[in-house]
Amino acid sequence: MPPSRDTATRVGVLTPAGMLGAGFTPESVERGLALGPDVIAIDGGSTDSGPYYLGAGLPKTTAAAVRRDLRILLKAAARADIPLVVGSCGTSGTDSGVDWVAGLAEDVMAEEGLDLRIARVYSEQDTAVLKEHLDAGRIHPLAPHGPLSPETLESCTHVVGMMGHEPLADALRAGAQVVLAGRATDTALAAVVPLMRGMPAGPAWHAAKIVECGGQATTDPRLGGVFATIDHDGFVIEPLDPDNVCTPLSVAAHMLYETADPHRMREPAGTLDVTDATYTALDHRRVRVEGSRFEPADQHTIKLEGARVTGYQTVSFTGIRDPHITAHIEEWATGLRAVLTDRVRQTLALNDDDYGLDIRLYGHNAVLDDIEPDPTPPREVGVMLVVNAPAQSTATAIAKVANPLMLHLPLPDMPYLPSLAFATSPAETERGAAYEFVLNHAVDVDDPAALFRTEHSHPREATHA
Amino acid sequence: MPEPTATPPLLGDFAVEIRSKNAGPFWVTLETFMKDGTGYTIAADDTYLNERVIAGLYKVDPAQVRIFRIPALNVVKISFPRPVAQASLRDRDIHAGQHHVPLATLPVPQRHLSV
Repeated sequence: MPPSRDTATRVGVLTPAGMLGAGFTPESVERGLALGPDVIAIDGGSTDSGPYYLGAGLPKTTAAAVRRDLRILLKAAARADIPLVVGSCGTSGTDSGVDWVAGLAEDVMAEEGLDLRIARVYSEQDTAVLKEHLDAGRIHPLAPHGPLSPETLESCTHVVGMMGHEPLADALRAGAQVVLAGRATDTALAAVVPLMRGMPAGPAWHAAKIVECGGQATTDPRLGGVFATIDHDGFVIEPLDPDNVCTPLSVAAHMLYETADPHRMREPAGTLDVTDATYTALDHRRVRVEGSRFEPADQHTIKLEGARVTGYQTVSFTGIRDPHITAHIEEWATGLRAVLTDRVRQTLALNDDDYGLDIRLYGHNAVLDDIEPDPTPPREVGVMLVVNAPAQSTATAIAKVANPLMLHLPLPDMPYLPSLAFATSPAETERGAAYEFVLNHAVDVDDPAALFRTEHSHPREATHA
Repeated sequence: MPEPTATPPLLGDFAVEIRSKNAGPFWVTLETFMKDGTGYTIAADDTYLNERVIAGLYKVDPAQVRIFRIPALNVVKISFPRPVAQASLRDRDIHAGQHHVPLATLPVPQRHLSV
């Protein structure tokens, strides 16, 4: 691609889906190509599914699905001679996630006879370096968190920094045709080429936010991705599928999605403000947006994400259909907890604070627990026991102590032992390590790319590009 | 006025959709997409839906509840810090995707029904 073509009057961004590996039709990408894109941008991950993926450094998506999507996108990018930008590779953006996607991309390129220049932009952080930033007072908490301790940093199995568009732009300027980024803001992937081509920051960032979840900004997200055309005064958004529709309402409503504040969104370089944005239908399926602003920040900041092990878990699951027990299910669960903790104390010599357990009553209040508004008696209840302990063997030992209770525990007024309905044999399933997110902090940086490292697959060619 | 489907009518009866979701690992956000201006008037009524009411429904600190009333979309959006850490032992809703139910099943006061 010619990234120096900064006299552009419009820049097209093709986003085939909200996540690499989620799937989309080759036809929708063909339609997108016909609209004249300057970049294909797609997100590869999120924190939404929890801290496990960052903590373990493993992807949520399966390799076959990512390979399938990459095959379509790499061929499309090569044919149109435009870059492909993927962010948050491998779900959490760890270095292993970037290498995993890069390996899949190289496999596909070998099979398809493609030779595209790949840049891997790594976002994983060295905690020793972060401790220097912490000592220098450059790390600040974000609400609702408090100050960061060095011990918390050290306890993380992986820490990533969330890059803005700058390291991606550097990789493209160095000649990369495929940019595989570690953790990046969802918006940076779609904003980078419009910004490089001189489009104003307000429309570029706002369009990037609207396309980041693919079809979420349409009236039927099941029909696939979207295409944004950014110009000097605003942008136009339309669905890739001819049967799908963007309306002023569907586009404006997407600013609400997965954001705490619907009007302002912080990026490393500043804040997108859509308070005064206007949404106008151009026809029955395209919407024009104007009036978006971007306020450059006084201080460039990089948000950190880190996860650590909280213990090892074992789960067990039994079902209850007996109407007498389901009618008194809270009392039964209280009894289970009391008898179980007593037996664990006696048989395993463990105190209550040596481990954690959660008894979830599916069918009764398992999902909402103490904020459940419906008090009516359930017809059947699935009892999930989750045990968390410092060692896997301890968690499983506790679940095994619970086993006869989850099979036979009666209510106090029952003159016999019921037999409850275990769902599996063995009843216990070891879940391995459990993780928690512990960082919600930002680092002040002078250079937006300083915390990130880039490797090019064709370094010599890149320097001549 | 939309036809209520329950007695007493609930906030969800006046909405196209009421949804909830994580907004990053540490925040939950709820959105009421109301059917029309009448529905929006109910949801936006700060004597009916306010920080204190949300704090009661979700057992969170009222000082940390943020409410955005967006008449152009007939939407009221509500955000607060996640009361239970994501994927912790006590978290039963990893994506906070089912947390809309206490809000959607909040009874609508009589004064909004006698139009």
